[in-house]
Amino acid sequence: MDERKVRESATFPPHVIAEIQRAASEGLYYIRGSGAKRAVPTFDDLVFLGASISRYPLEGYREKCDTNVTIGTRYAKKPIELKIPITIAGMSFGALGANAKQALGHGASAMGTSTTTGDGGMTEEEREASSLLVYQYLPSRYGMEPDQLRKADAIEVVAGQGAKPGGGGMLLGQKITDRVAQMRTLPKGIDQRSACRHPDWTGPDDLEIKIQELREITDWEKPIYVKVGATRTKFDTMLAVKAGADAIVIDGMQGGTAATQTCFIEDVGIPTLPAVRQAVEALKELDMHREVQLIVSGGIRTGGDVAKALALGADAVSIGMASLMALNCNAPIYEEDYHALGTRPGSCHHCHTGKCPVGITTQDPELEKRLDPELGAQRVRNYLATLTLECQTLARACGKSHVHNLEPEDMVALTMEAAAMARVPLAGTDWIPGWS
Amino acid sequence: MNTLDLERMAVRDVNQRLHDDAAGTNTDQQYEILNPMGRHAIAVGLNHPFDVTVRGHAGYYCGSMNKEATVTIEGNAGVGVAENIMSGTVHVTGYASQSAAATGHGGLVVIDGDASARCGISMKGVDIVVGGSVGHMSAFMAQSGNLVVCGDAGESFGDSIYEAQLFVRGSVESLGADCVEKEMRPEHVERVRGLLERAGIDADPAAFRRYGSARQLYNFKIGNIGYY
Amino acid sequence: MCGIVGLYLKNPELEPRLGELFCPMLAEMTERGPDSAGIAIYRDDGQYTSKMTVYSSDPDFDWDGLAAEVGRDLGTPVTADRVSTHAILRSDASTRDLRAWLQDHYPNIRAMSAGGALEIYKEVGLPVDVMEQFGIGAMNGTHAIGHTRMATESAVTTEGAHPFNTGDDLCLVHNGSLSNHHRLREWLRRHAGMTFQTENDSEVAAAYLTWRLREGDSLSQALEAGLKDLDGFYTFAVGTREGFSVVRDPIACKHAIMAETDDWVAIATEYRALARLPGVDAARVWEPKPATVYSWGRA
Repeated sequence: MDERKVRESATFPPHVIAEIQRAASEGLYYIRGSGAKRAVPTFDDLVFLGASISRYPLEGYREKCDTNVTIGTRYAKKPIELKIPITIAGMSFGALGANAKQALGHGASAMGTSTTTGDGGMTEEEREASSLLVYQYLPSRYGMEPDQLRKADAIEVVAGQGAKPGGGGMLLGQKITDRVAQMRTLPKGIDQRSACRHPDWTGPDDLEIKIQELREITDWEKPIYVKVGATRTKFDTMLAVKAGADAIVIDGMQGGTAATQTCFIEDVGIPTLPAVRQAVEALKELDMHREVQLIVSGGIRTGGDVAKALALGADAVSIGMASLMALNCNAPIYEEDYHALGTRPGSCHHCHTGKCPVGITTQDPELEKRLDPELGAQRVRNYLATLTLECQTLARACGKSHVHNLEPEDMVALTMEAAAMARVPLAGTDWIPGWS
Repeated sequence: MNTLDLERMAVRDVNQRLHDDAAGTNTDQQYEILNPMGRHAIAVGLNHPFDVTVRGHAGYYCGSMNKEATVTIEGNAGVGVAENIMSGTVHVTGYASQSAAATGHGGLVVIDGDASARCGISMKGVDIVVGGSVGHMSAFMAQSGNLVVCGDAGESFGDSIYEAQLFVRGSVESLGADCVEKEMRPEHVERVRGLLERAGIDADPAAFRRYGSARQLYNFKIGNIGYY
Repeated sequence: MCGIVGLYLKNPELEPRLGELFCPMLAEMTERGPDSAGIAIYRDDGQYTSKMTVYSSDPDFDWDGLAAEVGRDLGTPVTADRVSTHAILRSDASTRDLRAWLQDHYPNIRAMSAGGALEIYKEVGLPVDVMEQFGIGAMNGTHAIGHTRMATESAVTTEGAHPFNTGDDLCLVHNGSLSNHHRLREWLRRHAGMTFQTENDSEVAAAYLTWRLREGDSLSQALEAGLKDLDGFYTFAVGTREGFSVVRDPIACKHAIMAETDDWVAIATEYRALARLPGVDAARVWEPKPATVYSWGRA
């Protein structure tokens, strides 16, 4: 074969050609699940400066390295005490099946951390499974009930999501079963567009009044989080603080979704790496760092990611996609079913179809059976334990007796992009591109 | 009658008192709240069959997320009155600002005067009766429940509506995407009669016209491109 | 993101009490805008034809010296009255000549307002403190517009505070967020010769109106044109010598409420700002419709 004759175009690689031809045949944008597939600068491009002579490391497994974090210390009468700084992000019943929600709840509870509801309200199973449950208050208000607000341990006002800042959710008809339809007061089988904006407030001045209302309804007990997709992160963080949030959740563009337009997933938002830094800068400018807690999500996969996010100034991280992968999302099992969807393990993003080969993002009872909630809970627990141990290992190596004592100065960057975005020097230099 | 005066008590204390009393043994179920002066979040999150009267104009979210209680606002109500109401009744004797009864899941909301923009936005089962007119984008994405408008409806009425039922006695400035006029059959006249009775509003139910979903936008398809 | 209030007195007997009635209105909007506050007061002194409010960052600035200099150069008397960090210059010289002279001789002195009746005062800080600083409560006048600001995408500075002066006796306050102001600013700079002091979106709206008015539009025409050219969410209140105008964008999410009695007309972002006005319980109360220009006043 003459290599010149089979050279792929960089502008039109096969997946782009396929998308053009799909668009030409269907006349509608492509809606899919999962997160951005493009490469973006990540925590992988940062490394820690472990202790040696100038700093003293802590002995692994022996010398204490705490991981606890309290969320909601600003106004809430009952702040949340997490044993580990890793929480489970908001994912709806509807997007996920009941077994997946239950597995996440039990797994997180075993590690002393929280899970989060999603669009469509709180299920009984989910409340029972999760010792700490954060209740999302979303623009659509599907299944939104004041009793559920009162039952929650914290309330997360969702203004946006990393996979689709500025957009609402889309749950396609095949996932709107009788139970989901009933929970959302919708006809069965329709393609459901969730609102992108809240129906009764816009902007920070109204948000302040909305937060007041939620506090009044719940007797000022619950921490109120405000979640935004990472875009104008510095401004959004400052405004959420001014509006009275107890905690800010920043979701980077790598964050997943059950279903949205690919142009949203790939083309809107900024990566988690610069978003954390901007959010911390905003908090510091307002003298609210650690007073208002910062939770970051979007592409957190390893204990290294956790430690690096904390080092940049986050109080905790939140994981969505990775927790599903712990439940066997994209695992090489039931391969024929991946093939039936036209994909393969490792590349699947078919959450939107409701035909999840491993029984996570589905409402089909037969597929759901593939996820045993007890085994799933064990896997989630194991995964969270591993992340925690890794995070502690890195913190100890940097001489910290609490993971929150990690600092940006404990890290350097391997690429100029990461150096500029995280505002840490390029390894071996004093240079921070864009800053020095 | 229990009297709670917002010139002397904070909103927070008034709501706390109402919540505490619901859990307690107070036998007097009547409350009046004085001097609301447009303050926000008055009498919110009630979940007991109290009878609460707000004497004056209220700010945002008055009577929001109500369950079982009857909340009467003797005056005008701000943004999002009775937002996400579950059951019971919220009655505004004056006019209501935008997003009245937004996302309401049940119960009855009565507005004697006009309601502004987005009345009944994303309503999910609530019944709303408006003595006057409603502003633009009312019943936007309305999912379930009934909206009865004795006056006129503003532009883009019922845009992207699901299965809610809309009844208007006066004119409709314009219908939103996927909202169409439907036949007013005898059962609909009866339904409107019942709602007007519950709301205590005197109007001829036969004079109303009915609007609902054409169900053309329920699934994404290329034919609907003009609406997207 | 902010709070807006406006009060226009129909009954001349209330004019001595303008500041007293107005201050509680603006104070109620503190939570919506704790970063800075600004007040536009309209009062006809009758003594001179022109009036400018000017600002210096130097609290001890010699305003009398400046007034003497400009008066000598323009060949007509100019008086100066210090009001905290601001001063009122009065003269029979045209506001254009006064402005040009200031730009040439004192480029660091900022003109907050120009006209025959308009005075604008603005500062960083809580609204009650700002009003106290300028003694707004004791001021008389025919009408006033005020603004409390929660800075969204630009810095908390006096320059970023509203109201923005848009031409003689005209000023604008804004609640909302414009989505196309960067390109519009560039266009106005390049094609209309407008200059800008801030990155603030509201200043672009003000400059846009100034440009339209300069091109011969009436205020209503300029606001109508703005409905097409200004994208985003906004409620504008525009002060004029005769009264004020209000317009909301076609989606009209940012709340606004109006009330009217035989004695006054008022606008506010929330009802609570109106709650203490005399006779409000019997007032006609309504919300401005989307994409509709409302005007009140003697004109």
